[in-house]
Amino acid sequence: MGSEVVLLDSYISMFGMRVRVALAEKRVKYEYKEEDLRNKSSLLLEMNPIHKKIPVLIDNGKPITESLIIVEYIDEVWKDESPLLPSDPYKRAQARFWADYIDKKVYDAGRRLWATKGDEQEAAKKEFIEILKTLEGQLGDKPYFGEDSFGFVDVALVPFYSWFYTYEKLGNLNIEAECPKLVAWAKRCMEKETVSKSLADPKNIYEFVLQMKKRLGSD
Amino acid sequence: MATGDVKLLGYFSSPFVLRVRIALNIKSINYEFIEENMIRKSELLLKSNPIHQKIPVLLHGERPICESLIIVQYIDDIWTTGPSILPSDPHDRAIARFWASYIDDKLFAVLGELKTARGEEAMTSLAKKMSEGLLLLEDAYVKCSKGKTFFGGESIGYLDIALGCILAWLKVIERVANMRVLDETKVPNLVEWADNFRHDPSVKDVIPDAEKLMELYQMFIAKEHAAET
Repeated sequence: MGSEVVLLDSYISMFGMRVRVALAEKRVKYEYKEEDLRNKSSLLLEMNPIHKKIPVLIDNGKPITESLIIVEYIDEVWKDESPLLPSDPYKRAQARFWADYIDKKVYDAGRRLWATKGDEQEAAKKEFIEILKTLEGQLGDKPYFGEDSFGFVDVALVPFYSWFYTYEKLGNLNIEAECPKLVAWAKRCMEKETVSKSLADPKNIYEFVLQMKKRLGSD
Repeated sequence: MATGDVKLLGYFSSPFVLRVRIALNIKSINYEFIEENMIRKSELLLKSNPIHQKIPVLLHGERPICESLIIVQYIDDIWTTGPSILPSDPHDRAIARFWASYIDDKLFAVLGELKTARGEEAMTSLAKKMSEGLLLLEDAYVKCSKGKTFFGGESIGYLDIALGCILAWLKVIERVANMRVLDETKVPNLVEWADNFRHDPSVKDVIPDAEKLMELYQMFIAKEHAAET
């Protein structure tokens, strides 16, 4: 394509990971720029003035923001390689629905799981497992959410797998025991190099969260 | 597809439902509008949207599609003979989706506060927040429309639908707070855009009457007040 593609990102961000996976699936060459979120670069502030958040994809100087919007953009521009959204309109609507469900539910419940204590944490645990079980139900016996092949919903969800270790350690739960099919799905995704190379190391994420908790004094 | 194949579950007052009605009109699709009871959800609704149990739900040949913007995109994807709703360029599409997401996150959060805001101070604060939220959209409009009438260009598009659906409710806020929210001194382009939007053939017969919304709001407040005292 000859276009210059830059990704402003943060290694541990599950939203950034979605974009990394999509770019890898499409075999797009790009420049990765790690952002320090406590000291945001002028490029980030210029490219995402509204939300000032990562990930930001910059394609030939033009910024695209919001992880799932970026993934759809990538799917549309690099359309000849590994399609992520189905071609059937009804299946596309279903894929968008489940990706939206993941956006509305997983991050928040996960965050409360590691950031809270006592009753609040217990409630978060219950909610988190319920959400994962709903997703597990949606997966059914399919190898991927995208049915035969790895697709949009898989991209939306799989980055959270790298955070499971942190959720389990800090939330005191065993996700595999509760949702074995979902963990099996995640491990299946991790067999793909596009996924395993894009997701952050779970131990690094855990260390980062511990540091963050210490800094916030919520130990 | 035959007429009887398309059904829409919703309330006349919901801006999310309005988005779908406008999209169906753009594509000249005939459909059956099933007005849901706000207090007691129908079996059909609960069965069609078990996850969120909310309207709108589009039923196309019995298959349910949920979430207003997802439904609008579905309508655009499946009925390809009518005018396009989303832009054709991928970057323009990403921009339209970005602003639609902003509207859903920020503006609807403020609109939601209508349910709990009590007293003059709270209402003024609500109106001010909405007004500020619209400032960014004034800029977005100038950039997206590129001198044409709508965000989508010559005809109504995705972002016009995403934003235009709240116009009648903005009037309710203006009346209750007694101040302009779509203020021509602050967002002159949006004021003009809003007028064109309201009069568009796809919109004018389905946009709810602000008077009726005001009645609904007042009834809601009266009920809440009775419950609180």
